[in-house]
Amino acid sequence: MIKVSNIRKSFKDNVVLKDISFNVNKGEVVVIIGPSGSGKSTLLRCLNFLEKADGGKIEIGDVAVDVKQANRAAVSKLRMQTSMVFQHYNLFKNKTALENVTHPLVVAKKMKKDDAKQMGRDLLKQVGILEKENQYPISLSGGQQQRVGIARALAVNPYAILFDEPTSSLDPEWVGEVLRVISGIANKQKTMIIVTHEMNFAREIADKVIFMADGVIVEQGTPKEIFDHPTMERTKQFLKDFHRQTEVHHEFYGENTKAMLM
Amino acid sequence: MNIDLGYVIEIIPELLKYLPITLYITIISMMIAVIIGVILSIILVNKVPVVLHLAKIYISFFRGTPILVQLLMIYFGLPQIFPIFNELGAGAAAIAAFSLNTSAYLAEIFRAGLESVDRGQAEAATSVGMSYAQAMRGIILPQAVRNALPATGNMFIGLIKNSSLAFTIGVTELLAQGKLLASANLRFFEAYLAVGLIYWIITFLYSQLQGWYEQRISKPYQV
Repeated sequence: MIKVSNIRKSFKDNVVLKDISFNVNKGEVVVIIGPSGSGKSTLLRCLNFLEKADGGKIEIGDVAVDVKQANRAAVSKLRMQTSMVFQHYNLFKNKTALENVTHPLVVAKKMKKDDAKQMGRDLLKQVGILEKENQYPISLSGGQQQRVGIARALAVNPYAILFDEPTSSLDPEWVGEVLRVISGIANKQKTMIIVTHEMNFAREIADKVIFMADGVIVEQGTPKEIFDHPTMERTKQFLKDFHRQTEVHHEFYGENTKAMLM
Repeated sequence: MNIDLGYVIEIIPELLKYLPITLYITIISMMIAVIIGVILSIILVNKVPVVLHLAKIYISFFRGTPILVQLLMIYFGLPQIFPIFNELGAGAAAIAAFSLNTSAYLAEIFRAGLESVDRGQAEAATSVGMSYAQAMRGIILPQAVRNALPATGNMFIGLIKNSSLAFTIGVTELLAQGKLLASANLRFFEAYLAVGLIYWIITFLYSQLQGWYEQRISKPYQV
């Protein structure tokens, strides 16, 4: 399981995470929601040390790290336990779609080139983009790039996959296809932590929802508990604001956009 | 007007004998400059404490003073302060001056090249278990090289021509030979025209080569 204990993080004087603790069971999908600036992304980035937290403990699978005492070897071992899907895809621009998936396998996992290729093709097929295997990122749409990003994250076969707002920079028309791919992975019992603003998606996919605000976990529970019966005032306020926004959205664009957001 | 174009053509073979010296000085200087430049740029990008300031002073000095002054300082000046430099031949002094000077410019060019590759790609490499060195080699450097190539090529062309300054400390390269022929036959215009033509052709050929290579490595970035 994933066990995060007492994570703290500040950027200079700005305290972003105040003593965050939560658990994720194996095969569980945890969705983190909350207003912008609440520290969701930073929390995710602390888990694979893209940001170094100021203190706390991180345990993922069979690797446990005390953040303060972590040396380079421990950090790299912990990083091997996860992979990440980024808001801006962050594909390797000098590599084709297929190479984006296979390159890390060959250089970091020391996999044979042919085996990596085989696996890469399988994964590209799984995310529905095999026909673009030889294209470079610049010639792919946002949705296609993100699906390659997901295939790349799946390829290294980590204990858990971290999704950092995977649809936030996509054009609305591509959001659905990317969400469907993520749902497909969730159905395969992959452990995932997802930061997202797609509330309907969160409700659909999550085993557990964590609501964060101002650097703390305000409330966590099943999607039903969080979305239908929130107990904390801060959560209620956030959901109310969110619903008001979508209502305005629907009045403006019509009801059919609701289906699209699903 | 009295131009003897036949003479221009006549002395070109004579001059070409010294082209290898020019190319040798240029290419060796460039290679050393690239190595120093890469090291300096990594110091600049990673803001390595203390060394960063030394690197900045180094770059500022070699970019801020004339290359001829640097050449004269190294060849005539250094032996007076450190007798060991009496051993330094004119060719070696020229290579030292050109590589130090060029490396200062390259450091800034390479820094910009490295910084032109967005951080996200390095983060992605890290997130799938690649080490810093692996990310550098496979992802960052190839893109940085591509971005830095046009400016680096300009430096190389500049260096081909600057290598002619070596004649001032007695290295017999292309220009020095041209000067010799010019004063022997008192055909200054023709001799220097011939020298100029050779530089022009060399830089032209190099530009073609670079253009072809840039095209080749730009493929991934074209829709």
